[in-house]
Amino acid sequence: MPHSPYSPPPLDDILEPLAAHFGTMETSVYRGDTRLVVPEQESLEVLEFLKDRGFDLLVDVTCVDYLEYRGAKHRYGLVYLLASTTTNQRLTVRVYVDDPAPSIRSAVPLWEAANWLEREVWDLFGIHFAGHPDLRRLVMPEEFVAHPLRKDYPLQGRGERHNFPILTRHDG
Amino acid sequence: MALELPENVVVSRLDELASWCRKNSLWPMPFATACCGIELMATGASKHDLARFGAEVFRFSPRQCDLMIVAGRVVMKMLPVLQRIWLQMHEPKWCISMGACASTGGIFDTYAVVQGIDRFMPVDMYVPGCPPRPEQLIQAIIDLQDKIQAEGTITGREFDTAQRQLRKRALVESADLLCVDAARNPLIQQQLSFKPPLTASRIVLPSARG
Repeated sequence: MPHSPYSPPPLDDILEPLAAHFGTMETSVYRGDTRLVVPEQESLEVLEFLKDRGFDLLVDVTCVDYLEYRGAKHRYGLVYLLASTTTNQRLTVRVYVDDPAPSIRSAVPLWEAANWLEREVWDLFGIHFAGHPDLRRLVMPEEFVAHPLRKDYPLQGRGERHNFPILTRHDG
Repeated sequence: MALELPENVVVSRLDELASWCRKNSLWPMPFATACCGIELMATGASKHDLARFGAEVFRFSPRQCDLMIVAGRVVMKMLPVLQRIWLQMHEPKWCISMGACASTGGIFDTYAVVQGIDRFMPVDMYVPGCPPRPEQLIQAIIDLQDKIQAEGTITGREFDTAQRQLRKRALVESADLLCVDAARNPLIQQQLSFKPPLTASRIVLPSARG
């Protein structure tokens, strides 16, 4: 892909030392965006390596639930979007975790932004982040018990949205 | 025998006078949560001026308002806040549910959005639209003014009428999970592990209802 001032520069200077250090990892390129698949055991080391190589901005931490996806081998695919403010490079790191008690080490020691981003993933998907200083719900009410963005949670919810006291004119 | 009254004497009922005063000085409490709030601001701006109908100031304190305009979708995290603000408003008070989301939940039939605030608090006027045009909101205020003039009493007796206490939505209280009032149905309460947030339970209702 031609490199212009408006597109991110290629990532060869990052991927080659990465492969030398951690062994070959699955990478793919789609329309100029590079994606790296990392096993869960090495996730924090790879993120630290990338941060030391200049990826100082954690853009987003999100998740995909592959429960009903044909050909899926794992249930949850965590997505870390990294960017470098100095070299304008962008990289997507994928980590797959599985169902009974999905858990991964928290990236908060590396980027402070991961604090709320991981809280949101915990709230909506139920992935536990070990080592997170304050892992509690962010967007749903604190008393909520389910993880609504999982594929087995119904869109309309299970009645929680209407479980409130009713005020009438008399209660004014 | 007809009395000759001077020009500056008006004979009327006290109820009508009070209603006239109240309807022409409705101070809105803008409970704008989402996009309808922008249209609410536009209605209060200079082109469609809400102040010419008496809504001179948009007081953001519920203690100083008598008309609550709920503009925008209300999520279940916000609903106890809405109920608390409603209880903090002084009598007589009215409520306008502005837009599709406040009236019925709009296009957001999801786990987090309350499908109509009239499930949980009394509403006097519904304004359909996504968002409703300022003219629609002004029409709603005019209709509410007509309602206040027609039904208003100085003591607020119209709020005590038993038939107005009936909940507006026809809720079937049965074991049917599809259309049921969750807060009243013991079967659902057993199955739900989610209890309403603490602020909802701190709302002290004067009358012991349900």
